[in-house]
Amino acid sequence: MWTSLLEIFAARFNDILLASWEHLQLTLISLLLANLIAIPAGIFLTRRRKWAEPVIGVTAVFQTIPSLALLGFMIPLLGIGKIPAIVALTIYGLLPILRNTYAGITGVNPAAIEAGTGMGMTSLQILWMIELPMALAIIMAGVRTATVLIVGVATLAALIGGGGLGELIFRGIAMANSPLILAGALPAAALAVFFDYALKHLEYRTQPGNLAKK
Amino acid sequence: MIEFQNISKTYKPGHPVVKNLNLHVNKGEILVLIGPSGCGKTTTMKMVNRLVEPTAGRILINGEDISMQNPVELRKNIGYVIQNIGLLPHMTIAENVALVPKLKGWNKADYLQRVDELLRMVNLSPEIYRRRYPQELSGGQQQRIGVIRAMAADPPIILMDEPFSALDPISREQLQDELLRLQETVSKTILFVTHDIAEALKIASRICLLKDGDIVQLGTPEQILRHPANDFVRDFIGENRLRSEDSLPTIAEVMKPPVTSRPNRGLAEATMLMRKQKVDTLLVVDANRQLLGKVTMWDIHNRFQNEAILLKDLLRPVLYKVAPQDSLKEALQIISRHAIAYLPVVTDQNELVGVITRSCLVDVMAERWLDSETINLQEVVPHVDQSA
Repeated sequence: MWTSLLEIFAARFNDILLASWEHLQLTLISLLLANLIAIPAGIFLTRRRKWAEPVIGVTAVFQTIPSLALLGFMIPLLGIGKIPAIVALTIYGLLPILRNTYAGITGVNPAAIEAGTGMGMTSLQILWMIELPMALAIIMAGVRTATVLIVGVATLAALIGGGGLGELIFRGIAMANSPLILAGALPAAALAVFFDYALKHLEYRTQPGNLAKK
Repeated sequence: MIEFQNISKTYKPGHPVVKNLNLHVNKGEILVLIGPSGCGKTTTMKMVNRLVEPTAGRILINGEDISMQNPVELRKNIGYVIQNIGLLPHMTIAENVALVPKLKGWNKADYLQRVDELLRMVNLSPEIYRRRYPQELSGGQQQRIGVIRAMAADPPIILMDEPFSALDPISREQLQDELLRLQETVSKTILFVTHDIAEALKIASRICLLKDGDIVQLGTPEQILRHPANDFVRDFIGENRLRSEDSLPTIAEVMKPPVTSRPNRGLAEATMLMRKQKVDTLLVVDANRQLLGKVTMWDIHNRFQNEAILLKDLLRPVLYKVAPQDSLKEALQIISRHAIAYLPVVTDQNELVGVITRSCLVDVMAERWLDSETINLQEVVPHVDQSA
């Protein structure tokens, strides 16, 4: 089987590369959108704490929907292709980022904020100079969770015509061709492991306690 | 400097935290707000930088109503030190100290120089500490940074909210001493909140004792100790403060902070200091607080016309001194035998740590006396004062 795997890799190298590229695109675009929505929303919720519970609750419901079902919902709404896939993946990545942004900022030592206010900082300065830097490690942990989640779920995007490494996996399953399944599964796993490692490193660097050692 | 006019604060209707408070904080004094928890002391203080808004009444700073000012701008001109220190962990010491100057738009060279100057003021070497992060410092060092951060942009007013209460007793003592020393050079108007009467007595120019949002007594530490307004004040001061042990207290307990100056200071400056501190002799020390000698008002007066003369030119040797571990009896003997008013206390390394004056001795005697005869207070005090 290992020799046939190598053959498949050699023969379909371009397909694998293209699928990996699509997969990466799906992941990064969804991740970017999820960040752009969830981080400002998380910050906003820290200013309107009454709304926090219902809003985070709604994103938690999205998260509870099975990933395949969520992709399925997209077909009647947005049809098939990359765009519905990206929308579904974005929704899927919201919760960890939103929750961690909110928890990170509300967890900032109130003494630091009191000191900042007392020194004459505006609330925007407090956000940029105190709250975000101090919450960064926790926000990064949320981004990391979301990334790994999106890399995984993106393999299902192939089912609604979104492309990516899922394409190879599903084709392999349909043809009962194990090497072809692996040709999709191995790069997908490698991508997840790589992102996790890279973000873990970044997360470590953003912890205030480690700044001194850099 | 700061004037509270009919200030009230109510959070829950019917339960005012501060009741119709009137208080004037003088320029250059340390006014300590003290009282049991829930007495409104912190609330009162936080109204000065508008972290709390009064329900009724006005607060004036230099005659201007602060409710008319932009709170952000107001706060940039009021130093603020809090109990939990509140240093920002992701910024270096230098960045923390430079925060307000940066917010006020100072240029970089100016605030970097200011940071070094402030670090030296609290005996932290800038070369070592500038680039460190707060969590690499001890609690006492962190609060030193908290204090100099409040002074960074040279605000005329500093608010301190139980700044030393979370520290261990030794650091607390040191920081109190440093605050007094800094105050000698910078003369800020300081509003200081504490629940520790020993701290209040040590650092206050005046003490304002609050209970349930009312001022119970306002006066100098001496006035409060000697003439407590009622039983509440007497309880609050505590019987132990008027203790009567059989042995005399030690020199270290009795001595007062000395009025000191540096050898290269001018005579006019020295005269101002003497007038302000109401002393007729200045002890001259070097940067390490080594006692170099003394300068008397009489010498300064005689040479005052010559502007070129500095204190070091008028130094006289100090003939009599005691060590902090010596007994008070020894100090008493030296003072009465040589008819001097003023006895410096120096360590074995010639470091000046305090002075014993005739008035400290009188205080000791008076306190011991008052303790046994608290009822006769009013009769006793005038008599003691005359002999002093």
